Amino acid sequence: MATKKNINIKLKIWRQKNAKEKGKIVDYKLDNVSTDSSFLEMLDQLNEQLVNERQEPVAFDHDCREGICGMCSLYINGQAHGPDSRTTTCQLHMRKFKDGETIYIEPWRSKAFPVVKDLVVDRSSFDRIQQAGGFVSVNTSGNTIDANATPIPKDDADKAFEAAACIGCGACVASCKNGSAMLFVGAKVSQYALLPQGKVEATQRVLNMVRQMDEEGFGNCTNTGACEVECPKGISLENIARMNREYLKASIK
Amino acid sequence: MKLDSKIPQGPLDKKWTDYKDHLKLVAPNNRPKLDVIVIGTGLAGASAAASLGEMGYNVKAFCFQDSPRRAHSIAAQGGINAAKNYQNDGDSTYRLFYDTIKGGDYRAREANVHRLAEVSANIIDQCVAQGVPFARDYGGMLDNRSFGGVQVQRTFYAAGQTGQQLLLGAYSALSRQIGLGRVKMYNRHEMLDLVKVDGKARGIIARNLVTGELERHSAHAVIIASGGYGNVYFLSTNAMGSNVTASWKIHKQGALFANPCYVQIHPTCIPVHGTNQSKLTLMSESLRNSGRIWVPKKKEDAEAIRAGKLKPTQIAEEDRDYYLERRYPAFGNLVPRDVASRAAKERCDEGYGIEANDTNEGVYLDFSTEIKNKGKEVAYAHGNHNPSEEEIIKLGKQWIEEKYGNLFEMYEKITDENPYETPMKIYPAVHYTMGGVWVDYNLQSTIPGCFVAGEANFSDHGANRLGASALMQGLADGYFVLPYTVSNYLADEIRTGKISTQSAEFDEAEKRVKDSIDKFLNNNGSKSVDHFHKRLGLIMWNKVGMARNEQGLKEAIEEIAALKEEFYKDVYVPGSSDELNPELEKALRVADFIDLGQLMAMDALQRKESCGGHFRDEYQDAEGETLRDDVNMAFVGAWEYMGFDITKENLHKEELKYEFIKIAARNYK
Repeated sequence: MATKKNINIKLKIWRQKNAKEKGKIVDYKLDNVSTDSSFLEMLDQLNEQLVNERQEPVAFDHDCREGICGMCSLYINGQAHGPDSRTTTCQLHMRKFKDGETIYIEPWRSKAFPVVKDLVVDRSSFDRIQQAGGFVSVNTSGNTIDANATPIPKDDADKAFEAAACIGCGACVASCKNGSAMLFVGAKVSQYALLPQGKVEATQRVLNMVRQMDEEGFGNCTNTGACEVECPKGISLENIARMNREYLKASIK
Repeated sequence: MKLDSKIPQGPLDKKWTDYKDHLKLVAPNNRPKLDVIVIGTGLAGASAAASLGEMGYNVKAFCFQDSPRRAHSIAAQGGINAAKNYQNDGDSTYRLFYDTIKGGDYRAREANVHRLAEVSANIIDQCVAQGVPFARDYGGMLDNRSFGGVQVQRTFYAAGQTGQQLLLGAYSALSRQIGLGRVKMYNRHEMLDLVKVDGKARGIIARNLVTGELERHSAHAVIIASGGYGNVYFLSTNAMGSNVTASWKIHKQGALFANPCYVQIHPTCIPVHGTNQSKLTLMSESLRNSGRIWVPKKKEDAEAIRAGKLKPTQIAEEDRDYYLERRYPAFGNLVPRDVASRAAKERCDEGYGIEANDTNEGVYLDFSTEIKNKGKEVAYAHGNHNPSEEEIIKLGKQWIEEKYGNLFEMYEKITDENPYETPMKIYPAVHYTMGGVWVDYNLQSTIPGCFVAGEANFSDHGANRLGASALMQGLADGYFVLPYTVSNYLADEIRTGKISTQSAEFDEAEKRVKDSIDKFLNNNGSKSVDHFHKRLGLIMWNKVGMARNEQGLKEAIEEIAALKEEFYKDVYVPGSSDELNPELEKALRVADFIDLGQLMAMDALQRKESCGGHFRDEYQDAEGETLRDDVNMAFVGAWEYMGFDITKENLHKEELKYEFIKIAARNYK
């Protein structure tokens, strides 16, 4: 790990003008990067340099820069969200890199996530899966039962929360050799399957979400577990198992 | 212009119920004929779009992110308030109302705040019904914690990710309506102007951020829920894309902008580390339940710490100044945010800051006392009545991890220091904006048919927002207020029919947008957009920040005017208009921030008092507390756009009447 306060790095970045044109890796040099900078601040610095040189800056997705919105992505040196474990790219810091190091930066690669430009991909397939069943059908009137009317065992509530902590970034898909979205979908199905509110629609939910997942072109799960390893939020493989049980239950009804 | 707040008559606790019962309705068969546009998909926008879609209106929702789930409500950490009194500690609707009015330093409307308190309990019921996994106790009941400025436990939470869970709840409700075809979602779209026809809001011009295409969308009502304007300071806890553009565009079309000088500087953020920093990160206020804030009592200790010669853990207990506990014994570390922030600034200005950055700005947030206390409690609960020091610390750390684990992890990733072993270093940072578009009781702006919800409006938090109240307001506006008031407005539109986008008004609005885009792309200046944004941020932080004075504000107004001129002359925006062009997006947003920054300084200058987040050096008491002027300044300052030169804006005043509570000095001692 870097011990110097400022490092010089070489970058190899995927540049692609738009969805239609072919892309390629382009080399850049960037000096005086503070090791306290985040990875995206390093890219800001590169873009400032490119703008000053009248070159086109690198497009990448990002928003909250607190590791929670799920908008940032990036394959960094062959790993989704880079070398740090349980970390989004925006929370990855340059102290994890060495002076003189070459860093490869590529977009998520998956059939269901087409490249929009440079490092930006289209993840709206995740939205469509959610729209197919990732909800409880309750009207927003406020006239529901009292929030404490149905006690929920702490353990179930905690597990539902852990599944619901998914940020929808797509690292699971990008890391999977099959481009499978099972961890993402499993987490959503699990959140509702663990709570009494989700039980009523459980059958339809899992069938609809899995159908949509297949239609979007995501691959199948072959239990390699890469998704869990690369997930910045530590979403557990148990969620895939739970979804499979839910799916089986729904299929034989 | 006469500002009519349209606050209903009658006793405070009956106003909303009575009013709502008499609003006009639209029959279900007429609703699909009415179009509604919603800008922004945070808590306010997503809940409004979901509710209106569910009612049967034809809704179009827009967000600039790649998915509605990214909106920055997602980053809210600590919690959401509701007057449920589950903890049996004397809470009630009235107390939540009172705390919020007092917390806002008596600069919010009574009727709006009471409505907020009334619907707060429904929000929790609604969210639980949607499957939001709030924290629970071992009996399966919902857990609560305390937040600043209150003496009850009314804050519901989901670890340090409450905003995420609530937003995903609203997103799921929105997704359901999108799936049913009642809401059409436009991701990666940015609203760049409002279209008015015969004085009414009738549509928007939006830019498809991927193709660059300018699109015309018409509607019978437009709802702006695009968040706050904290990014005017460049560095803030807002997301990188958070911007004021939608609000500013409607301001330019006639919507008054209220109290722009009310900005919340949050006391517990990770201090600034360097010049390439792009944003600041919040450490949730909930940490003040367990952490004690201090700086060294001796200046030489502070100097030694900054020089790296001394560690905070080496400072003896009696040499630490727990300044919040010292100054405010009744509320201690849980004073409201504005109070805590100013107290940190006071200590750092006096030379006791502990951070080794350019400004020495930083104080400690220390968990060691809590680790010991909780460790002992847990040991006893496990039947160990004679735990060793080591066991206590181990159990205490586990307790802390369970409660705040994700925050501690985030802190360590950013700073490379382990907060279980050494106190966190924190300092105030721009977080939330209480000011915003002026709205009446219906959340309607001064443009008929244009409604504003959530952080984008000014209505509920006065001069300072209490912790865990932003999530409450966003969902209250979207789920429980707009569905009634927008319907009331739309009831008069059932005969209007589809609004054409082929009109002179749409032509003009599109031309305005196209001209501004072309101007930037053909400017051929020499400096990047960020260059100007950073300079604006510095002016704002130094002169319109935590403490303001007449001279500084006058300078800020001049400096921003000069910056604006230079920006238009010398900004360089690469690329073209017909592609994904983040630099162009930033340029369009920064142009609006520059205008707003100037207005904020003007508003701060005219507000000759100190209240909440607005602190004027000239107006403080002997102990450095805010000095309000309730005789002359108890009004909402709402500004009217008068053209390119912002200094020409007109100020309108809405008098604040306190009929139900006694206005008093705010005391947390």
